[in-house]
Amino acid sequence: MGPPSAGSSPWRRLLPYFTRHTRALGFGVGSIVLTTTIQLLGPWVLKYAVDDLQHGVTRGKLGYYAALLFAVSAGGGLFRFLMRRSIIGVSREIEYDLRNDFFAHLQRMPPEYFRARRTGDLMSRATNDLNAVRMMAGPSIMYASQTTLVFVVGMALMLSIDARLTLIGLLPLPLVSISVKLFGSAIHRRFERIQEQLAEMSAVAQENLSGVRVVRAYGQESAELEKFHRANEEYVSRNRGLIRLQGAFYPSMTLFLGFGALLVLWQGSRDVIQGRITVGQLVAFNAYLVMLSWPMIAFGWVTNMLQRGFASWGRMLEILDAPPTIADPPDPVWLDPASVAGRIEIRGLSYTYDAQPVLQDINVTVEPGQTAAIVGPTGSGKSTLLQLLVRLIDPPPGTVRIDGVDVRDLPLSTLRRTVSVAPQEPFLFSDTIEANIAFAPEIASLPPEARRAAVERAAADARLDKDLADFPKGYDTLVGERGITLSGGQKQRTALARALVTDPRVLILDDALSAVDTYTEEEILERLRRVRQGRTCLIVAHRISTVRDADLILVLNAGRIVERGTHDELVALDGQYAELHRKQLLEEELEHLGEEGERGEPGETVVGPNFSSA
Amino acid sequence: MSAHDDDVIGKAYDSRLMKRLLGYLRPYLGQASLALAAIITGSVLQLAPPYLTRLAIDNYIAHRDVSGLARIAWLYLAVLLASFSLEYLQTWTMQLTGQRIMYDLRMEIYRHLQRLDLRFYDRNPVGRLMTRVTSDVDVLNDLFTAGVVAIFGDVFTLAGIMIVMLGMNWKLALASFVVLPLIVVVTQWFRRNVRESYRVVRGWIARINAFLQENLTGMSTVQLFRREGRNFEKFDEINRAHRDANVDSIFYYAVFYPAIELVGALAASIIIWFGGLDVMSGTLTVGVLVAFLQYSARFYRPISDMSEKFNVLQAAMASSERIFTLLDTPVAVTSSSSPVVPARPLRGHIVFDHVWFAYNGEDWVLKDVSFEVRPGQRVGLVGATGSGKTTIINLLLRFYDVQKGRILVDGVDIRQLEIATVRQMFALVLQDVHLFSGTVGENIRLGERSIADDAVRRAADAVRAGRFIDELPARYDAPVAERGATFSTGQKQLLSFARALAFDRRVLILDEATSSVDTETEHVIREALGVLMDGRTTLAIAHRLSTIQDMDRILVLHKGVLRESGTHQQLLAQRGIYFRLYQLQFKDAVPRSA
Repeated sequence: MGPPSAGSSPWRRLLPYFTRHTRALGFGVGSIVLTTTIQLLGPWVLKYAVDDLQHGVTRGKLGYYAALLFAVSAGGGLFRFLMRRSIIGVSREIEYDLRNDFFAHLQRMPPEYFRARRTGDLMSRATNDLNAVRMMAGPSIMYASQTTLVFVVGMALMLSIDARLTLIGLLPLPLVSISVKLFGSAIHRRFERIQEQLAEMSAVAQENLSGVRVVRAYGQESAELEKFHRANEEYVSRNRGLIRLQGAFYPSMTLFLGFGALLVLWQGSRDVIQGRITVGQLVAFNAYLVMLSWPMIAFGWVTNMLQRGFASWGRMLEILDAPPTIADPPDPVWLDPASVAGRIEIRGLSYTYDAQPVLQDINVTVEPGQTAAIVGPTGSGKSTLLQLLVRLIDPPPGTVRIDGVDVRDLPLSTLRRTVSVAPQEPFLFSDTIEANIAFAPEIASLPPEARRAAVERAAADARLDKDLADFPKGYDTLVGERGITLSGGQKQRTALARALVTDPRVLILDDALSAVDTYTEEEILERLRRVRQGRTCLIVAHRISTVRDADLILVLNAGRIVERGTHDELVALDGQYAELHRKQLLEEELEHLGEEGERGEPGETVVGPNFSSA
Repeated sequence: MSAHDDDVIGKAYDSRLMKRLLGYLRPYLGQASLALAAIITGSVLQLAPPYLTRLAIDNYIAHRDVSGLARIAWLYLAVLLASFSLEYLQTWTMQLTGQRIMYDLRMEIYRHLQRLDLRFYDRNPVGRLMTRVTSDVDVLNDLFTAGVVAIFGDVFTLAGIMIVMLGMNWKLALASFVVLPLIVVVTQWFRRNVRESYRVVRGWIARINAFLQENLTGMSTVQLFRREGRNFEKFDEINRAHRDANVDSIFYYAVFYPAIELVGALAASIIIWFGGLDVMSGTLTVGVLVAFLQYSARFYRPISDMSEKFNVLQAAMASSERIFTLLDTPVAVTSSSSPVVPARPLRGHIVFDHVWFAYNGEDWVLKDVSFEVRPGQRVGLVGATGSGKTTIINLLLRFYDVQKGRILVDGVDIRQLEIATVRQMFALVLQDVHLFSGTVGENIRLGERSIADDAVRRAADAVRAGRFIDELPARYDAPVAERGATFSTGQKQLLSFARALAFDRRVLILDEATSSVDTETEHVIREALGVLMDGRTTLAIAHRLSTIQDMDRILVLHKGVLRESGTHQQLLAQRGIYFRLYQLQFKDAVPRSA
C-alpha cells in the first residue's frame, strides 16, 4: 500500500504504519507495564529483607527473600524480553514498509525529478532519515513509555516511604534530564560539523587520488599535501570541540546522579536516626533512586530522538508527497503493443524548458515501417523530441500520437512496450551482460534457453557478439563495479541489443552509435537495414552514412525543423544538410589527394566530420 | 562499497602491530601518562560510595552520630567532585591525543600516497585508498581513546571491587564472586552474536545502498524498459532480508539485558542468603551487607567494557595491518640517489631508445620502440586502442619506468634525473580533464603560487577560456563544483589548456579528447590548441586524424610496435596502417553512388 494522501499532518501520515501492527504493539505495551511493575517490586523485597535482618529473622524468611529477589528479576526479565522483541520488531517492520514505499514512490518519478536532485541526497533520506524515523517509531516509544511508568510508579513508592526524602533525593534529577537534552543536541550539532569536515577531507583526498596523473605531472605533490594538511587540521579542531563537550557529558551525569545518592544518604541516615524510616526503607529508597536515574537519562535522550525523527520524517515526506508528474492516464486507451502499426504523428509540438523554447511548432508524420532520421547541431532539440515520444518528458496533450492515439492516453507500460530506445549514454546495471540485454521483463522472465537465444540474436544484430567472444565468461560476464568496465562503444552496443531484443514496433536510436568505431558502425547499420524492415524507426545521428537511407530526414536547428526530405531532395535543396554533406565529401577528396601523393594544404582545409551549423 | 574485502576480521592481538602502533603514542607520552594516572585514581575513587554507605549504616546510624554522618556526606561530596574532574581530565587528554595521532597517521599515509607510483594506483582503486585514509584511521582512534588506556581503568576497577569485598568479608566475597564467570559468559555470548549479526546487517545495508544508488541513477532505463515491478521485487527481497537480519539481532539484545539483570539478582540473592545468615549469627553487620549489595551491582560494567575492548582491538589490528601494508609499499619509481643536474635548462630533446615495457610480467605493451623528438617538433601518435600510445606518455613522465632500453632527455637517461626535473619539462593535457573543487583560478594555477593572477588571466584569454570565465559571476573566483559538473566538456577542455599554458613548459603532451563537442566549441578548441602548441615541442595522441595532419611527424603504433613514421602525406602514400586508419575514419563521406 502507498502512503496516505498528502496534506494531512505528518503524525497522521505515520499512523497507518503503526495500525498495521496494532496487535504486536498492544502486546509490547502490555509487556512494558508488566516488566516495569515487577521490576519495581525488587527494592521492596530488599526493604523487608534488611529490616527483618535488623529485627530478627529466620532462615526460612531469608531463603524466601533470596528466592523472591531472583523470581522478581526472572519475571521482569521475561516481559522485558517480550517487550523488546515486539516493540523493536514492529519498528523494523515499519522501517521495511517505509523503505519499500519510498522506493516504489521514486520509481514513479520522471527523469526530470532525478536531474533536479543529487542521488546522494535521496539515498541519505532512504537510509539516515529512515533510520531516525525508525528510532522514533521504536526505541523512543519503548523508552518513553517505560520511563513514564517507572517514573510515576517509582515516585509513588518512594513517596509512600517518605515524602520529604523523595523531594530531596529527586532534587538533582531534573538536572540530569536537562543536561542529557542540552548536551545531546549540542553534541549532535558538533558531530554533524565533524561529519561535514570529514566529507570535505575525503573530497580533497578523493580528488587528489583520482587525479594522480595531473598532480604528478604538474609537480603538485607538496601543494596537495598542504591542502590535505589544512583539511586534516580543521577536522582535528572540530573534533576538539566535540571532545570538550563529550568529556564533560558523562562525568556530569555521574555527578548529578551522585548528588541524588549523596542527599539521600545524608538526609535518609538522619531520618533513620530520628526513626522516621527504617534502614530497610533507606536501602530500598536508594535502589529506587538508581532505577529512576535511567528514566531521567532516557527522558532527555528520547526527546532528542523524537525531535530528530520528526525532522527526518518531514524530509521523507517531502519526497513521498511529490506527485509523479508523468503517470498513467486515469482513463487509458488500451492498445496491443504487438499489433501497433507504428504511425507516429507529431502536430504543433512546442516544448519549453526553464522558460527556454527547446522545440517549436514541430509537425511531422512517420508512416508505419518508415525510418525517419533527425540531424542537427548539439542542443537543437533532437534528443528532447525523442524523449517526448516515450514520455520521459511529457508532451503537451494531443501533440504526439501513435496510431492516432495521444501518447498521454496510453498506459506508460503500453507506450514503452511499443517503443524501444537505445540512448547515447546508456546505463548498465552491475549484473551480467545477458541480464543487461534481457532487461525488459517479458524477456527476463523467459526460460533460460529461450532467453539466451533471444539475447544472442540481439547481440549479433548489435555486433556485440564479437566482443563477447573475447570475454572469458561470455554472456555471463559481470559488468560494472564488480565486473569488467566496458568501453563506451561496447556499452552503446549492449544498450542497442537491449532495445532490439524486445522486438519493438517502434525503434529509437538516440545517437546510439556515437562511441562505436566507424568500421563496426558500418556493420551494425548493415544489419539494422534488415531489422528495420516492418518497424518504424527514428534515428538521431551525426554521420551522413547513418541517415542517408532514411525515408525522411529532418534537419533540426534551434528547436525548429528547418529542412525535411529524402537525402537526394535535401542535397538538391542546397541548405544545411547539403552543407554537411559537402564537408564530408571534402574529407573524402582529401583522402584521394593523399592517395595520389599530391601535396595539398591539409592544415587549412581540415574540417571535422561533424555537422556544422551554418 | 569498497569495504567488502576490508571486512575480514583477524586476531585481536598482534604484538608486532601493537608495538608499531604504540610507537605513534611516543610523541604524546606525557599526555598518555596523565590520562593513565587519572583513570587509575578515578577507578579507586569509584570504590568509595558503597564503603561510605557501609560506614554510615554501621558506625553512625547505629550510634546515632549525626556529626559523623556529616563528615561522611562531605567526604562523599569530595569523592564525587574529584571523580568528575578526573574523568573529564582523562577523556579530554586521551581523546585529544587520539586525534593528534590520527592526524599524524593520516598525514603519513597521504604523504606516502603522494610518492607511490602509478603501478600502485593501477592495483588499488581510489575507493580502497580512501578507506585507508579515513575509516581505517578512525578505527585506530577507538584503540587509543577507548582501548589501551581505558582497559587499565577496567582492570583496576574490577580488581579494586574484589579486594575491598575480600577485605570486608572474604567468605561472603568468594560466594558472590560465583556470578563473575556468569557475567563473562553472558557478555561474551552477547558480543559474539551481536558482532556477527551486525556484520550481516551491514552487508544488507551495503546491498540496499548499492541497489538504490544504481536504480536511482538508472531510473530512466528502468522506466523505459518497464522494469519497475521486477526491480521493486528485487528491492523488496533485499529490504526484507535486512529487516529479518535486524529482527534476528533484536533477540540477542532482548535476551542480554534481562540475563545480566538476572545474574545481578542472583548475586543479590546469594548475598542476602549467606550474608543474612552471618548477620543472624552476628558475624556480619547490616552495613557490610548493604555495601556488598552495592558492590556486586558494579561487577557488570568493567567486564562488559573489557569485552567490548576485545572488538576494538580486533578491528584495530585489522585496520592497522592494512595501513601498515600501505605504508610499507615501496616506491618503485624514485629519483636517482645522485641525480644528474643538467648544466642548462632542458630543451626537451626526447629520445626513446629500444624501449620495452609491460604493465604485467612479460605482457609487452611496448616492444622495442625507438624514436626521436627534436626541440620544437610536433609529433603525433596514432594507433588503435591498446596500441601503446598512452604508455609512451606514461613512461616519458616517469609514471612508470621502462623495463628494457632507455628514454633520454637532452642526452641524459631520465632515470638519472630528479623526477621533478623531468616532469617540469612537460605540460600534460589529458582526455578527461581533472578539475579540483576550488575556484576557477585555482584550477588553472593549481598550487603554484608563483603564477600570478594576471598570468592566469592571460593564459585563459590566450586559449579562449577567458570568454566564458568572464561570464561567471565571480569570474576567476567562481567555485568549481565537484568534478567540474557545472562546466561543459568543451569548457573543461579549455580550462585544462589554460592550465598547461600558465605553467609554460617546454614540451606539451596532449591526449586528445574523444568526447564529441558541438562544432562551434570544436572550432574554439582547435584554435586554442594552436596557441598552446605555438613554439612548443608537442607530442600528441590523436583520435581524430584530422587534428594531426599538419604535424611534423606522425608515429603509427600497432600492438606495441612502432610500425610507421612520417608526415601525413608520406604515410598515406605508404598505403599501410595509417592509410587504413584514415580510410576508416572518413569512410562515411564516400558517396555510395559515386
